[in-house]
Parts: sequence; C-alpha cells; structure tokens
Amino acid sequence: MKYPLMLAGLLLASPVLADEKPVLTVYAPDYFTSEWGPGPAIEAGFETVCDCDLKFVAGDMLPRILLEGEKTEADAVIGLNTDVTARARATGLFAPHNEETSALSLPIAWTDPVFLPFNWGETAFVYDKTRLTNPPASFQELIDAPDDAYKIAIQDPRSSASGLALLLWVKAIYGDQAPQVWAKLAPKVLTVTPGWSESYGLFTDGEVDMVLSYTTSPAYHLIAEQDDTKVAAIFPEGHYFSTEVAAQLRTTDQPELAQKFMDYILSDDFQGMIATANWSYPAVIKPGFLPEGFATLPRPAKTLFYSEDEAEALRGPALAEWLAAFGK
Amino acid sequence: MRTPRPWPAMIAGALVTALILAPLGAVALRGGGLARLGPAELSALWFTLWQAVVSAGLSCLIAVPVARALHRRRFPGRRALITALGAPFILPTVVAVMGLVAVFGRRGIVNAGLGAAGLPEVSIYGAQGVILAHVFFNLPLATRMVLQGWQAIPAERLRLAASLGMGPGPVQRHLEIPMLRAVLPGAFLAIFLVCLGSFAIALILGGGPRATTLELAIYQAFRFDFDLARAAALGLTQVALTLAALGFARLIARAPGFGAGLDRAPVAGLGTGPGLCAHDTAAILAAALFLMTPIALVLIRGLPALPDLPPLIWRASANSLAVALASTVLTLVLALPLALATPRHPLAEAAGMLPLAASGLVLGTGLFLLARPFVSPTDLALPLTFVLNAVLSLPFVLRLLVPEVRNLAADYDRLSNSLGLSGLTRLRRITLPRLARPLGFGAGLAAAFSMGDLGVIALFGNGDRITLPLALYQLMGAYRMDQAAAAACLLIALSFALFALFDRIGHHAQPR
Amino acid sequence: MLSLDNLRIEQGDFRLSADLAIAAGARCALIGPSGAGKSTLLGTIAGFLPPTRGRILWQGQDLTAIPPGARPLSILFQDQNLFPHLSVTQNLGLGLDPKLRLTPDDRAQIEGALARVGLANLGLRKPAELSGGQQSRVALARCLLRARPILLLDEPFAALGPALKSDMLALVAEIAAEQGTTVLMVSHDPADARALCPETVLVAEGTAHPPQPTGALLDTPPPALASYLGS
Repeated sequence: MKYPLMLAGLLLASPVLADEKPVLTVYAPDYFTSEWGPGPAIEAGFETVCDCDLKFVAGDMLPRILLEGEKTEADAVIGLNTDVTARARATGLFAPHNEETSALSLPIAWTDPVFLPFNWGETAFVYDKTRLTNPPASFQELIDAPDDAYKIAIQDPRSSASGLALLLWVKAIYGDQAPQVWAKLAPKVLTVTPGWSESYGLFTDGEVDMVLSYTTSPAYHLIAEQDDTKVAAIFPEGHYFSTEVAAQLRTTDQPELAQKFMDYILSDDFQGMIATANWSYPAVIKPGFLPEGFATLPRPAKTLFYSEDEAEALRGPALAEWLAAFGK
Repeated sequence: MRTPRPWPAMIAGALVTALILAPLGAVALRGGGLARLGPAELSALWFTLWQAVVSAGLSCLIAVPVARALHRRRFPGRRALITALGAPFILPTVVAVMGLVAVFGRRGIVNAGLGAAGLPEVSIYGAQGVILAHVFFNLPLATRMVLQGWQAIPAERLRLAASLGMGPGPVQRHLEIPMLRAVLPGAFLAIFLVCLGSFAIALILGGGPRATTLELAIYQAFRFDFDLARAAALGLTQVALTLAALGFARLIARAPGFGAGLDRAPVAGLGTGPGLCAHDTAAILAAALFLMTPIALVLIRGLPALPDLPPLIWRASANSLAVALASTVLTLVLALPLALATPRHPLAEAAGMLPLAASGLVLGTGLFLLARPFVSPTDLALPLTFVLNAVLSLPFVLRLLVPEVRNLAADYDRLSNSLGLSGLTRLRRITLPRLARPLGFGAGLAAAFSMGDLGVIALFGNGDRITLPLALYQLMGAYRMDQAAAAACLLIALSFALFALFDRIGHHAQPR
Repeated sequence: MLSLDNLRIEQGDFRLSADLAIAAGARCALIGPSGAGKSTLLGTIAGFLPPTRGRILWQGQDLTAIPPGARPLSILFQDQNLFPHLSVTQNLGLGLDPKLRLTPDDRAQIEGALARVGLANLGLRKPAELSGGQQSRVALARCLLRARPILLLDEPFAALGPALKSDMLALVAEIAAEQGTTVLMVSHDPADARALCPETVLVAEGTAHPPQPTGALLDTPPPALASYLGS
C-alpha cells in the first residue's frame, strides 16, 4: 500500500526545495489560502517580517486538530468560526494570544484570551434592489410577509457556520418564539444548501430573491464589480455577529514565531488588507483601512451575539426546532 | 481439474476491501464503538432508501426506450450523440446543479415557457428535484449499460428473429426481455448505490432537511456533533445496504444465454414502420434535450468569462489531468482482474462494488487516523486523491465489464482452454480485444470522474497543488461567480474530452 | 490406448459411469439417446468437467489433473470453434503457438494446412466472412496443425448440409489416417457412424459401454438403442 503511494507521490509531486528557514505551520480554511483569499498576501507580508517560511495547510481545521490531539503539526490556526471555539477550547490545545483586546474595533466587547478575531461582519439577507422592490424593513416584516413574497436561499446549520448563525440570530431576537418564526419563514425558503457558495450562486443567478449572507457582501460587488444593486437588508431588531478567529497552539515547537504571527494579525499591514482580501470588516479599524465601498455600507443599529457557553447550550435545541419546522 | 487461484483479483479485492473497511474500523475505534441510530438517522435512512429506489427505477425505465431507439436507428452523428449523452454522468455535482437550475429553476427556461403560456410554474426544489437530478445524472449510465446489452445480442439472433418474421412483440419477448433481465438489475444496482451516497444534490435541490440523506447525517455527526461513534454506525449502515443490494441484484439477475455470434454487422431493417420510427425519434430527441440543455446552458453562461480566468486555472487543469490519467490506469488495473474473476468468485464483485458504499467523510477521516502515525497527512493529499479517485470509480467500470466478461466466459472459455491459451497471451489476444468497448467506456468514466472529483481529502489539506474543481469552489467562495462559471465550462470541456477520447479508443479497438 | 478407468461423472441429477478402453488409432463413435451424456463424456475427457471419481489415461499417463490445453487432444465443439475477432491465419496460429508468435515456418505450415482443407488464400478473412462449411474447415485445419494424438468431435458438422457433412467426415477420416489420430465422435446419425467409425461406444442409461463393432451394434441394437434409432 505504501509503495504505490510513494510512487504516486514521486510522480505527481514537484520537488521540495531545501529551506533553512524555520517553518510556521498554520491551518486555515480552503477559501482562505486560495489565490482569491487573503492567504497569499498574509503569507508574503508575514514572511518579510519573520524571517521564516509560513506554510498554510488548507482543509477542515478543527476536525483535524481534534483527531491529531497533542501531536498536531499546527503551530497556529486562522479562520475558525465562533461556532466551534467552545469545542476547540475544550481540547486544551490552545494557548493565550497575549494581545491587547481593547485595541479591537468590534461592535461587541471581546475579551477572549485565547481566540483572537481578525475580521468581522454580521449575518444578513442580501438582495438585488433592481429585482426586489419591496424588501422587508425588519425581521418581523420578513416573517409576516405572504408566503410568496420572497424566495430565499439559506444554509444548513449542520454543515455551515452561516447556517448556524441564522439559528442563533433567530434565537437572539425571538427566544422561545423561534418555532413559530421558523414555521412562518419556511415557506419562503426556496432551498437550503450545504454551504454559503451554493446559496450565493443561486442568488447571483437570479434564482432566489434573497440569500443568507453577510452585511459586508455588497462591498464586493460595489468595489470589485462597480455594481451597487446588491444590498443587505438592515433590520432594526439587530444582526447576528460573525467573526473569524485565530489562535496559537500550546504544543507548538515554534512558540516565538507563533506569537509573532498573533502580533502580525493585529498589525496595520494585516488589518489594512482584510477589507478587500477577505470582504469583511477588519478587527482593527484605522483611517484608510476601509475603502469607500465599505465606508458607505449601512450599519445595523444593534449587533447580537451569544457568549460561547450560551451558544453551545443553545445550538442543540435550536437545531431541533429548525429541523421540526423544515422537516415537515 | 484445478483452476489456478486468481491472484491478481485476490490482491485487488483485498486492497479495495481494506481501503474501504479499515477506515471505517479506525473511525469506530476512535469513536469508542458504534452508536445506536436515533429517529433522525432512521428518517434519513428512509428518505435515502426511497429516493434511491425511485431514482434508480426511473433512470432504468427511461433508459430502455432511449437505448432501444439508439440501437435501432442509424443517422448521421449517431455515435457522437451516444458519446455526448454520457456527459451528465461525469459532471461535478455543483456544475450539474447549475445547469439543472438554469433549465428547471424558478428563473429557468421551462418556467419561462410555462409562464409565457399562462401555466403555473413547476418547482425543482423538493424530493422531485432530487429525483430529477439523479435521473439526469444517471440516465446516461443506464442508457449506456442497456445499449451495451442490445449490442451484445449477436446479430445472428436478430437475423433469425427477422427471418422468422418476428414483429416487435415477439422480438421483445424472446430477445429483449431476457437481455434486459440480465442487464437492468446491474444498472439499477449501480444507480441505486450512487443515489444512496448522494449529499450535495439532495441538499441543494431537496429544499431543506426533509431531504436529509445518510451522507448528510454522517456530515452532521462529524461537523456538528463530532460524534465518531454515530458516524461509524451510519457508515456501517451504508456498507450493509450496499451488500444487501448487491445480494438482491445477484438473486434476480439472469444470464440471457444468447450464445456467441460471429461479430457480423448489425441487422438493418429492424423495427421499421413509421410508428416505431416516430416513437424512436421522440425518445432520442427527448433524451437529448433533457440531458444536453442543462450542459449547454452552463457552457453558455461560462464562455464569456473564459478569457478572464487567471493563469492559476491552467496549472490546476494540468494537475487535474495528471491525477485523472493516473487514477484511470489504477482503476483499470483493479477492475480487470476483479471483473475476470467475477463469474467464478462472486466475492470479487462484492469487493469491487464496496467503494460505492463508502462515505467520503468516513473514508477521509479513517484514512487520516490510519496514516497519521506514519506520514504527514499533507504529503499524502495528492497520492490519496489519486488512489481514492481510482477506487471510487472502480464500481462503475466493474459494472460495465461484468456482463461482458460473463458473455466472454460463456462463449469462449472452453475454446481458449482447449487451445491452452493462458496468462498474458490470453489477456492480449482474447480478453482485451473482446472487452475493448466496455474498457474504453469505463476508462472514460473513470478519467472524467477523477477530473471532476473534489476528493475526500478535506482533512488532509490540499497542500500547494490545486485542482480544477477545487479552484471552481474557491472562485465561488470568493464571490467570483462568473469566473466560477467559466471554470465549470472548462471543467466540462476537459472532462468530456477525456471521456470521449477513451470511449473512442475502446470503440475503435473492439472489432465489429 | 485411451482408458476411462472406473470413471464416474455427476452433475446434479445426472450420473454417468464409464469403464472402458479405446485402442490408439481407433475411430470410435459415441451413440445414444439425447441427454444420455455423450457431450458430457467428451467434455470430461477434454478436461472441462472434473469427474467425481476415476481416471482418464492415455498410453498409461493419467490426464485427470492436466488442464485442457495441455492434454494430448484437440476438440471441435458444436459451435464457437473460432474467435470472431481474429483472422483465419491467427485462429490457426493459435494451434501452433498460443502466444501467436508465428515464425515464417509456422506461416508456411498454416498455408499448407489451409490448402489441405481447400481454403488456400483465405487466411486474411475473419470468420464472419466465411460460409459455415468453410468455418468448419478452418477449425479442422487447426486440429491438423496441432497434430494431437486424440481428436474429439462434438457434432461440429451438425449444422452443415448432408453433402457438406459427408465431405467433412471424409476429410476427418483422411487426416486421422495420415496422422494416426484416435478419433472419438458424438453422432446422431447411424449412417455417419457406419461411414467413419469401425467401433461404437453406446452411451445409455447412465453407462458408457465398452466399444463394439459399429455394424453389429446397429444391426442388432439393444432395447435402449433400438427405441432411440426408431427401428
């Protein structure tokens, strides 16, 4: 078994160049390391200050770390969603980031000593204003609209972080009323996709009127496509906070480099490129960090967020309510 | 008289079985055993089963008139059409869904037509959408398997039927129905098993958690609950279902017993008469429209952005091609000995079909657990993509080969044995030439499959080597839907070119 | 001498015993009712069906464990005697070298054999391009090339017309005489047996009886054969 594999490896792999520099291994999601994600710019930026080789390993980060345990190759991770930080923390594998969280420009207070946010936005329904002339002005209006008023694509909470965020969003606004909310929302949901990409594809193809996405999504169309027709519906009830975090591993053999990487995440260099590399708000906002398209995005008056423990306790029952409404 | 032990088949079978079952065992071990399935999992099991039965049944049912029409009619471009009709089977899920939505979606051309005619619109979202998509995907496979069955009826028998003045009715009773009895259980089985493992299609077009399949339940066990014991139990359920289906198909399949012909040219003038001709023409046109329109719309949507694709795409394409070609070779190396051993050793077929039962997530996680103590998983990412793609396309190639191998054994084993033909000579002179057509088609499927497969290696990380389907997903994930459509366009073109190339080679290599 | 030593064949309900010997160079017909097991006996001798007990011996050598292609015999079946995708020359070449590495000498031999059966210059054709009689001749030519001491005929000429069939049988007799071949031939036609085979093995009621002179047997058939012959 091993021999043909090695043979295949030889056949397919390009030769690895010997490199004297220390290597910092960072686990990241697939989108992150792609040519169109923030990974390449971060790698180049960090390598100019660290005199090291930053190696991103793309894939399912948390399951991999859970399986690897103490023996993980990762020195740091970047791109974890808040829906998994509780389980990540429970492993005891992560070390404090040692950064000053008061420097963060988030709409909520963030004091987590282990997981460091590097971007943020809020969950929102995005629509095309040329196609949808009567968008809902509030979450309540969305729910109360007739069944055929809008067709929406959302993501499955079992396979997607944004799908789970919708669950918590509804819980945060409606609490015990969530089952009734789902019952009224379900007829307007055209379909539930496994991930964000498929939903968003249905939206840009005009198949759905609204898609569960982020308050920052219109910025991409505005800046990259000079298209101002895509808009996030801002609701007075508030929007659910969404952030991606980074952390360093307790088990790293490169503790200094890992700490340097944590420092780099909050640096001007890193934070300044997040807006257009990641299409989200940077965790630290300084003048010039937000291009014009971002600055003009409407902001929700209220940002909702559950603490990690609350969210962890809620997600099981919330999923059951959601399944009950959509499973019929 | 002793028959020599089929070592190559035993090795191939053991390898495939180990590759599928060992990861399952590793996951179960790590999860501390198997968990009992709750009501949510049982309802997923129920939905999975019935949609798979309906999808496979419909695909087979529709395939019969289409294959018969393609067999009876001769028209310019017929062979090109047969090749083209194979295309949907090799499409990556997300691309196929793009195409189906463009045709049957709310803003699709069907509803536009219905709207213009003042008729109520139809919805693709729900169980009907899942089944529609599965039929779209699998009708090509069913059609080709049935068509192969028709082509395997020796011209001599059809000639005899024609000379006896048999009309379509008696021909059906004496030739076609026995052939279908031999071919359809295998086709049904293959498609049933494909639909059993459906994940993204069921989710995107299913409209919501009503359409939860076993595979999604496994996904939830991993991602949402990190419950390995439940994932292992679900994975084992899939394996059990596969084996049960396999046993059932064996029970009802009957060899047609036509005997061999002399490779004479097919008989002309079968099924003449304006009624049959119109019937056949309608079947061919309907199938072509159903299967080709979604693909055409994806191509049209993607073409404009093709020049905007970044250079990275070409590197990704080259990587994908390399993986696809290597996988194809391995698939054939595994499939041929297993297929040849099947008439005597039913276990060979079971081993070869087992990969259809494999849940991508269980497989990936189990292999990760197994490999982790020895090698860095990231170094394994590409070799594993290649091996797993090969193993996952094995069942289809095997399914195509087995009926032909049975015929070959029934018709020429005695003669070959009496002449002392054995080993490589027999392989080169008899087996390969007589199996060239299914081998070519199978190689085409395997190549195109690996081209479009995203791999089950999310845990392993993709290292630095990007493949075309991965690039497509990354483009989608980065809002670049136009470029993603262009990448889809490129992916279709490359997959189809590979598929058509192998299919043609097989067609030309087989005498007839 | 071809000996069937205490041979027993079982297949489901079917049973056949044979304990007999056929002299080297003999030409022997197998006659008996349909379903009595003539073809099965031939298949067992050829090595396609293992006997449940007993041995098959040729000149004292036990053949029972030898694979079909290595036995000192050639067999012609009712059909499927030729590979449709191979040319006539290749089909014949298989008789000389299963690996089909044909030397110029082999090719000359093949041409000779084709000429011998009256098919000179047809070597490039595929079987489908030949008539039924020509196909039988190709198959026979291959037996000629293989030159094995035993020839088993499982009614290979049954589909030919009466004139063609007697031509072919005559050709078999000629070739067998030239090469000193021992011939075992399943036959449904007493006339064929009389014409070609001085001796006959009666296969009936679960037993293959030792060879008897054909003429005497057919003139005064035992009851089992009589009803079959309709006399």
